[in-house]
Amino acid sequence: MTAELLWRTREPAPSYDAVVVGSGGHGLATAYYLARDHGITNVAVLERGWLAGGNMARNTQIIRSNYLWEASAGIYEHALGLWEDLENDLGRDVEFSQRGVLNLAHTTHDVRESVRRVNANRLNGIDAEWLSPEEVKKLVPIINISPELRYPVMGATYQPRAGIADHDEVAWAYAAAADRLGVHLIEGCEVTGFQRSGDTITGVHTSRGPISTGKVALCAAGHTSVLLDTLGLRLPLQSHPLQALVTQLLEPVIDTVVMSNTVHVYVSQVEKGELVLGAGIDSYNGYGRRGSFSTIEHEIAAAIALYPVFAHAHLLRTWAGVVDVAPDASPIIGLTPFNGLYVNCGWGTGGYKATPGAGHVFADTVANDRPHPLAEPYALERFTTGALIDEHGAAAVAH
Amino acid sequence: MLLIPCPWCGPRDEAEFGYGGQARVAYPEDPWALDDAAWAEYLFVRDNPEGWFAERWFHRAGCRRWCDVMRDTATNRIAGSGPTGAELPEVTR
Repeated sequence: MTAELLWRTREPAPSYDAVVVGSGGHGLATAYYLARDHGITNVAVLERGWLAGGNMARNTQIIRSNYLWEASAGIYEHALGLWEDLENDLGRDVEFSQRGVLNLAHTTHDVRESVRRVNANRLNGIDAEWLSPEEVKKLVPIINISPELRYPVMGATYQPRAGIADHDEVAWAYAAAADRLGVHLIEGCEVTGFQRSGDTITGVHTSRGPISTGKVALCAAGHTSVLLDTLGLRLPLQSHPLQALVTQLLEPVIDTVVMSNTVHVYVSQVEKGELVLGAGIDSYNGYGRRGSFSTIEHEIAAAIALYPVFAHAHLLRTWAGVVDVAPDASPIIGLTPFNGLYVNCGWGTGGYKATPGAGHVFADTVANDRPHPLAEPYALERFTTGALIDEHGAAAVAH
Repeated sequence: MLLIPCPWCGPRDEAEFGYGGQARVAYPEDPWALDDAAWAEYLFVRDNPEGWFAERWFHRAGCRRWCDVMRDTATNRIAGSGPTGAELPEVTR
């Protein structure tokens, strides 16, 4: 019996209607929605490494939409709505599990910010609740809610519809669905620059030769800024390592996702038993896919204070993804000063959870050559007009 | 873990330092002459290279002075450091 491949291996054609740069979750989703919703099926997704082997392979799988500002609530809730129908839509299991996400509050400031965010979420039609420490303990029996802790649990926000999904399965499901619609997924093909005629982009240079196209959609995270440097277009982006780790397989001890910004650790337990723990970003710029031990030390110290039972767990491996952070901790989606060139980047720590929503609104933006209504606030121009969407400190995770 | 060569204290653990981003971003000489785009460039846009990067570190748990460091953002190799504004080693890959 021959295993059925999820997508076909393609040679790059000399020309496409649209080229997507980067085959992470966002690139694959963008190509899928270009084909499904806009009838643009003559599309190539160009990937310098292997499919979904970059940051898509290096996140902690958390999905939620409990952001503060209206623009953020709009796009992340749009994504969550798509997540809720994703398995049906793509025809594959992605282990989507709406187990709920708690964001802990550890200071009186945290409490005020969190309650404000719960109210903002509700006004935006997003499910959100404020829980007391005792209510947190009911949902997470292993948590330490002793007031003796240096950063005691003073309550938590709770989004029941939030959860996790398997990142690899998500990428493969999008890849298979895009391939079925005729999209070419081309791995080992690095985009090195652009062909242009004046201010119009006419194609890309790649490690496997030139490809002409009328539309180039960049989904390359921090490398988007590296690529755009070749056009003299500077983006307000900084790349940072963001670390995570997993333990050995354990009996089920936690069946929801618990995040904490103040002490900076977040945890969930995947189906087969590993605890997946995430940290904050390393402060310095970096493209290396490993961060500093000091960040891991802080993360583990926080985890053991909150969940003493974790002291028994053995660490299996650590890794880092590279997050591209904009000054207001919000994405940049939209047109550029070049005709036919579109950017989707700056997602920082929010990229994975946004995957379907980002792909959906970005495909619409690329296909129609104008921002999707949900993408409008995320234009590059906001840094000149000053209309920032400041999710720093509001997004329930530090950047 | 980075081992950062403080020009005054010698090689010290990264945990002793605070990060200050790109080095040598000067305050505009004539702020009134800047239009919105130029202000945006000054406030928000920094280099983001995958490779050598001149950056600032503050030795907060040591001599409490700022220094400039030349570091490769892909490999974390450090080519050298100096007081702010000093010449740093020219590096090629």
